[in-house]
Amino acid sequence: MNRDELRKAVLEELSSIAPDIDMTTFDDTANLQDAYDLDSMDALNLAEAVHKRLGVNIPDQDYARMRSIAELLDYLTEKL
Amino acid sequence: MSDFIMPSMGADMDSATLVEWKVKPGDRVKKGQVIAAVETSKGALDVEVFEDGVVEEIYVPEDTEADVGTPLARIGDGKGVGKQPSEVAEKAEPTATPEAEKPPTVEQPPVTETPAPTASGTAIKSETRHDQPEPKPPSPPPSPPAAEKTDLRSRVWASPAARRRARKAGIPLSGLHGTGPDNAIVLRDLQDTPPTTTETRPGTGFDRPQMRAAIAAAMSRAKREIPHYYLATTADLHAAEQWLADYNQHQPPENRLLLSALFMKATALALARYPELNGHYGEDGFVAAGQINLGMAVHLRGGGLVAPAILDADTLTLPELMHRLRDLVRRARGGGLRASEMGGGTATVTALGDRGVDTVYGVIYPPQVAMIGIGRARRRPLAVNDGVAVRLAVDLSLAADHRVCDGHLGALFLNEMDQLLQQPEAL
Repeated sequence: MNRDELRKAVLEELSSIAPDIDMTTFDDTANLQDAYDLDSMDALNLAEAVHKRLGVNIPDQDYARMRSIAELLDYLTEKL
Repeated sequence: MSDFIMPSMGADMDSATLVEWKVKPGDRVKKGQVIAAVETSKGALDVEVFEDGVVEEIYVPEDTEADVGTPLARIGDGKGVGKQPSEVAEKAEPTATPEAEKPPTVEQPPVTETPAPTASGTAIKSETRHDQPEPKPPSPPPSPPAAEKTDLRSRVWASPAARRRARKAGIPLSGLHGTGPDNAIVLRDLQDTPPTTTETRPGTGFDRPQMRAAIAAAMSRAKREIPHYYLATTADLHAAEQWLADYNQHQPPENRLLLSALFMKATALALARYPELNGHYGEDGFVAAGQINLGMAVHLRGGGLVAPAILDADTLTLPELMHRLRDLVRRARGGGLRASEMGGGTATVTALGDRGVDTVYGVIYPPQVAMIGIGRARRRPLAVNDGVAVRLAVDLSLAADHRVCDGHLGALFLNEMDQLLQQPEAL
């Protein structure tokens, strides 16, 4: 899976967690909490979705450091 | 034999629109089964039946608004199936719900703007009400289409499939031209209609002006009737943070816990110790509840608020509680909340979360008597032993009903919560 496909998959999952976010203008580098109002429950749901869909179980302490989709994609690219 | 009635779904709701029957006359139902869906100012809710039996007659057709307490269907042993349906309008009259107990009415907010009809066909309620607690007189013969006789609200005819798709896409049925029998709207009438505005985007599932009006009604009542007192204290979360990190370290995301679960459990256990904060204040004063159904204020993305309850929260383990919490938030945002969850809260927690502020002073959700506030957990300097340490800490607050208890008890309650959070392994 290349980065574009990975991004598409992650954004699809994010969209089902937060359907109100407009994915056509999504900013990968934006802070998810500040720019898109994701709370800790949303973040946990995204981690779960990533685990189920991509098979990557991101440890809690690693996940806690990620602030944006770009950082998540960097991490996943390395693992996949 | 008994009537299945429109249940109460919280003090700020006195009516709802029945949007879907999941059963038909002759169907056998089991206690706890979801048999209908209603649309409220807080989105769609599933409604469960509270007895085993057979659906004998459906009184209220889909897309009809009805007051809380209105009989919607008759549940019996099955012998009454096929009896002549009674006249809809007759059945849908306001019923046994005592007027005095009714919350402020939501339909006529003191604003000049009238919300546009929604996808579910919610229409302005008829002004004609007759107090008629008597049992219905013998039914006149039905005259199809039955709903034409209803004086409750205007009805748009549509096939169930069309109705479902319209609801999903956020398209008001009232704006469509039907090409089905009797000009009913059928699926093909929806084909060329683009989904609409952010206001009714899938995933939000509620009508914003209506929800604002419902929150306004409940909160106005709270501030009018309840003499609130407020307390707050700071809890050191060092132990909770350490314990949580250890616990989550080897768990996959689906099994991880959040601090929220610890806060909810600590609240539930503290409420069990101080029952003066757990219950309802009604006409005869305060009645402590027999169980702890802990409401949780859930902020809906895009604006709005609901407070569904986790039933028997004090009896759940942390993983169970976390599971219920996630499920509840998911359903609050995506639909599928149950009426029992909406109406059953005995006390409520409001947590403003990571983007919140240090302290939240809540407004009690009537007829409850306590709102517990959880501020943002953040690192700050705390006095620890003889020094100062930077610790994760949170402000716990309580808004309580002074008619029921005094600040002394409230303080004991908050200190109990603090103590419980110092022993996370015991939660």
